[in-house]
Amino acid sequence: MTTATTTAPRTTVSTTTSATATRRKRVRSVVFHVLVIAVAVVILYPGVWMVMSSFKPSGDIVGNVNLWPETWTLDNYASAFAGIGGVSFWTFVLNSLILAVGSVVGIVLSATVSAYAFARISFPGRGVYFAVMIGTMLLPFHVVIIPQYILFNSMGLVNTFLPLLAPKFLATEAFFVFLMVQFLRGLPRELDEAARIDGCGHWGIFRLVLLPLMRPAVITSSIFAFIWSWNDFLGPLLYLKRPDTYPLPIALRLYVDQTSVSDYGAQMAMAVLALVPVLLFFVVFQRYLVDGVATQGLKG
Amino acid sequence: MSATTTERGRAAGRGGVRGTATSSPARGGGKPQRDRADVKAGYAFLSPWLLGFVLLTAGPMLMSLYLAFTDYNLFRAPQFVGIDNFTALFADPRFLKSAQVTAVYVLVGVPVKLAAALAVALLLNAKHRGQGAYRSMFYAPSLIGASVSVAIVWRAMFIDDGIADQVQQFFGLPAGGWVGDPNMTMPMMILLAVWQFGAPMVIFLAGLKQIPAELHEAAAVDGAGPIRRFVSVTLPMLSPVLFFNLLLETIGAFQVFSSAFIISGGTGGPADSTLFYTFYLYLKGFTEFRMGYASAMAWVLVLVVGIITAVLFRTSRAWVHYTGDVR
Repeated sequence: MTTATTTAPRTTVSTTTSATATRRKRVRSVVFHVLVIAVAVVILYPGVWMVMSSFKPSGDIVGNVNLWPETWTLDNYASAFAGIGGVSFWTFVLNSLILAVGSVVGIVLSATVSAYAFARISFPGRGVYFAVMIGTMLLPFHVVIIPQYILFNSMGLVNTFLPLLAPKFLATEAFFVFLMVQFLRGLPRELDEAARIDGCGHWGIFRLVLLPLMRPAVITSSIFAFIWSWNDFLGPLLYLKRPDTYPLPIALRLYVDQTSVSDYGAQMAMAVLALVPVLLFFVVFQRYLVDGVATQGLKG
Repeated sequence: MSATTTERGRAAGRGGVRGTATSSPARGGGKPQRDRADVKAGYAFLSPWLLGFVLLTAGPMLMSLYLAFTDYNLFRAPQFVGIDNFTALFADPRFLKSAQVTAVYVLVGVPVKLAAALAVALLLNAKHRGQGAYRSMFYAPSLIGASVSVAIVWRAMFIDDGIADQVQQFFGLPAGGWVGDPNMTMPMMILLAVWQFGAPMVIFLAGLKQIPAELHEAAAVDGAGPIRRFVSVTLPMLSPVLFFNLLLETIGAFQVFSSAFIISGGTGGPADSTLFYTFYLYLKGFTEFRMGYASAMAWVLVLVVGIITAVLFRTSRAWVHYTGDVR
């Protein structure tokens, strides 16, 4: 491009402008990549530092800016897998899994059904209920944790998973209902009419026609439900007081308190292990997750 | 929540259209029957949500409102004390401190996070290779940011002799970690929030994609430079999305809990500098079992968030620009 302008200075205007345009385009592309990579480094550094630190000797973690371990060790993972206070590491994993899978099942069942009512059945009061449902998304949930605790405590359900799972089966997380309502509204209504002519009632339309088509929304919701439950800290902190009922986040906190500053290595190893399923989901389903967030903010 | 308002408006409109389309021409005598069946089916399908709303949201809210006017410790029956909890709240220095900590976090953290989200969204909106991969990568912290794992990492990075301390010393700045310094814990918590700019960024990006290219072209033909185009085309067109993000992030920022809990080792220290509102509520309600007091705190939070939401909606009429069918 530079040759075009230098060897033939008297060329037509159009070639000169196109030459500068391509040059400007290339400069812009370089600037873009430099900026984006700078952001990426800041974003990734804490995560990479965590993973790398988990392979460093415990005394060599804090203050070591270098990512690459000078000496590699698996001791941290050995002490993480050893469990805490007589409870096996795998018990925490199992508890986390039960809670997360239970959440997914509860949310998918309750949110799909409720969303069908909001999106496809017209009955008096529906608009009001919908507005109330949206309103609960804006409500600070701390206003209900004390009465809910009193309720579940009076039923003797502290130290069981029920207080954490029951709300999921009752669609209290409006985000998921809203996501599915949005999705259902995008499906053509002719499908319902065709099924009705074929003799389907609402249950048939929902179960045989729309539910199979809702797969993308169900997948997105399932991933979010799983990850949110997996990372949830406040819920288990309130309801699960016996170490053998702890999910990973609470176990991790116990670990931090017990080992205090001395054993950063084991803390890092356990922090990494606690994030493994989340990162796996992210790598496999990133499109669903990111598009799910985008749709939630936009459609409508 | 611009998106939802529009959605609601449209739903109502569509419902009306459908009402005439399906029920009036198709059936003569069968119509009331179909309607009654719809009502039954409607409540049947809605029953999980309805039950959850009554039992786990509305009921508890009323109970919490009652408890706010009582002295209750879970073991003895609630004693009605009038507005004593509320007067005690505003004389409680730790409560005032927690309100202040939270206010600073919301007022500084949310704008900085949204500015970062918008800046990166504008950067990624230019068509370049690898855009999708970057978008996913930048979103990742939003997924794990509230986890205990990240809080542990954050603490290790900002503790005495930690990475932040090393960098400070390298540049000849005063030594010392951020975790133990009451003046530095807030910047540390805000950094953690800003690190999670990915979720609002994804929403901004989706909004930017919806701005018709013709608008920018027309403005460019009229001689508008990039800054002028940003102010006069991009910002107004993006304002509904900006409003949605502002609302969600503000409400979210009021509820920060687990990272402060882990980083301060469950104390809210040093010097109550990480004693966020919900953290203090937890300490009062679940470690001191002063459930009446904590309920009063919860209702003050509901009122404050409600007022802020109302103000945002009210002022949005002046600065949120809706195109096309809605207004």
